[in-house]
Amino acid sequence: MQSKYLLSFAALAVTVLTACTTPLPSSADLDKLTKDVVARSFRAEGQAQLDRVNPDEDNLLCAQADQTGVEINEKLATAIEARNMQTIKPPADGKYLGDFKEGEKIAQSGSGKTWTDKADAANGGNCYNCHQISKEELSYGTLGPSLYNYGKMRGVANPSSPESKLIVEYTWGKINNPRAYNACSSMPRFGHKGVLTEIQIKHVMALLLDPASPVNK
Amino acid sequence: MKKIVIALGLIGMSAFALAQKSSSDSIAEYRQMLQDGNPADLFEAKGEGLWTQKRGPKNATLEKCDLGKGPGVVKGAWVELPRYFADTGRVQDLESRLLTCMQELQGFNADEIAKTPFGKDEQNNVTAIATWVAAESKGMKFNLSQSHIEERKMYEVGKRIFFMRGGSHDFACATCHAQDDKRIRLQDLPNLTKNPGAGNGFGAWPAYRVSNGQMWGAQLRLNDCYRQQRFPYPLFGSEVTIALGVYMGVNGKGGETVAPAIKR
Repeated sequence: MQSKYLLSFAALAVTVLTACTTPLPSSADLDKLTKDVVARSFRAEGQAQLDRVNPDEDNLLCAQADQTGVEINEKLATAIEARNMQTIKPPADGKYLGDFKEGEKIAQSGSGKTWTDKADAANGGNCYNCHQISKEELSYGTLGPSLYNYGKMRGVANPSSPESKLIVEYTWGKINNPRAYNACSSMPRFGHKGVLTEIQIKHVMALLLDPASPVNK
Repeated sequence: MKKIVIALGLIGMSAFALAQKSSSDSIAEYRQMLQDGNPADLFEAKGEGLWTQKRGPKNATLEKCDLGKGPGVVKGAWVELPRYFADTGRVQDLESRLLTCMQELQGFNADEIAKTPFGKDEQNNVTAIATWVAAESKGMKFNLSQSHIEERKMYEVGKRIFFMRGGSHDFACATCHAQDDKRIRLQDLPNLTKNPGAGNGFGAWPAYRVSNGQMWGAQLRLNDCYRQQRFPYPLFGSEVTIALGVYMGVNGKGGETVAPAIKR
C-alpha cells in the first residue's frame, strides 16, 4: 500500500515537472513531429491521394521561409527557379494563343482537383479567385495583382509579332510554372502540376494577350 | 419557428441581391435582418437539451463532462480550448473532447462517431452540443493555455502545418490567411496569424452557413478548407486539425468569441 502511494506520488511529481520544466524540442525535432502528425492525420479521398501531403523540395524550402519569416537565400532561390524553368516546354505546335472566350470560362471556374471533383472532369483555373482580369467581372480576389489590360499595358498589339515574343513566352512560362520566375510565388504551377492542359493554357493566354480580348479593351 | 423559416427565406433572396457587395457588408446586413432569429439558436437549444439528456449504452447525461474547467463546467470552457487533458494524455479541441465524454460517460464509441460523415447521426448531435458549449462563452475572450509542454508543442506543429504547401496547387493555409485585407472573389480573408483575424476567424465556429443552410463546427470548417486546398481528407479530431486550432486560438488570445456566428 505504502509503495503504491509512493509510486503514484512519484508519477505525479514527474508529470508536474514535465509540465513545468520541459523545454521545447529543437526545431528539427518539431519538423519531424509535424511530419509524423501529418502522416497520421489524413486519409485518401477521391482523387486527393496521400502523396499530396508529401511536399517536394521547393515547397519544403518555401514553407520554411514563410513560417520563420526568414527569406530564402539567393542561392536556393536561384536553384528552385532553375529547376522549375526546366519544366517549361513551348507549345508543341508553336502557337501560344487560343480562344479568349474559352479563356474567360477557365478563368471563372474554381473547380477541379478537390476530393469532390471527378478526376476526369476539366479543371478550372481559379484565376478570378485571386486576380482582377476583365473589367466586367466585379467579383475578383486580391491575392494576386490585377491583370486588367495585361497585354495592352505591355504594348502587345500583335501577339505573333517579334516585338511581342518576349512577353508572350514569359506569360506562357508564368502560367505553366510561376516558380521559374519567383522561387516562392503563391501561384499554382498550372502546367507543371497538371492543373490545366496545354490547350487550356493557350485559352488563358488569349484572354490576357489577345488585343480583341475584353481584358485589353 | 415560423419566424425563423421566414428569416431563412429572406436570406436566400438577399444572398443573390447582395452578391456584389463586400462580404462583410452583406453579413452585417444578414445579422441585422435576422436580429434575434439566428438559426444557430435552434442548434444551440438542441445541444443544451442533449447535454442533460440520458443517452447512449450507459443511459447517462453529459453533465459530468470535463471540458477543462472541471466536471460540468461549461461557461468559459470554449475560450480555453484546445487544451491538454491529463486523462487522455492529449491536447483536445471541443469536438474531440465531446467524443471522449460521450464515450466515457454515455458509452458511445468515439472512433465510430469520428468516422461518421458530417451531418449524419451522432455527428449532428456533436455539432449541436458544440454549438451550445461555444455559445455559453459568447462575449468572452480567448485565453488558451500554453503552460503544458504538449500545448506548446502543438502550437509549434500547428504553425508548421499552417505554412505547409502541398497538393496539386501548392496551397498552404497561409496562401490565403497570412496577410491583412485580402479576399478571394468578394470574400474577405481573415489573417489567422494574429488578431483581429485569428480571434474573429477561429472564434466564429461553430457557425450557421447561410449559403447552404447548415450548422458547421470547427472540424467541418477545417475539413472544407483542406478540400479546397486540394489536400486529402483530414480525419475528424486528427492532430493536424487540433494543432491548427491551438495555433489559431493562441494567435487569437484576447479576441472575443462570437460563436455561434452567421457566415456566408
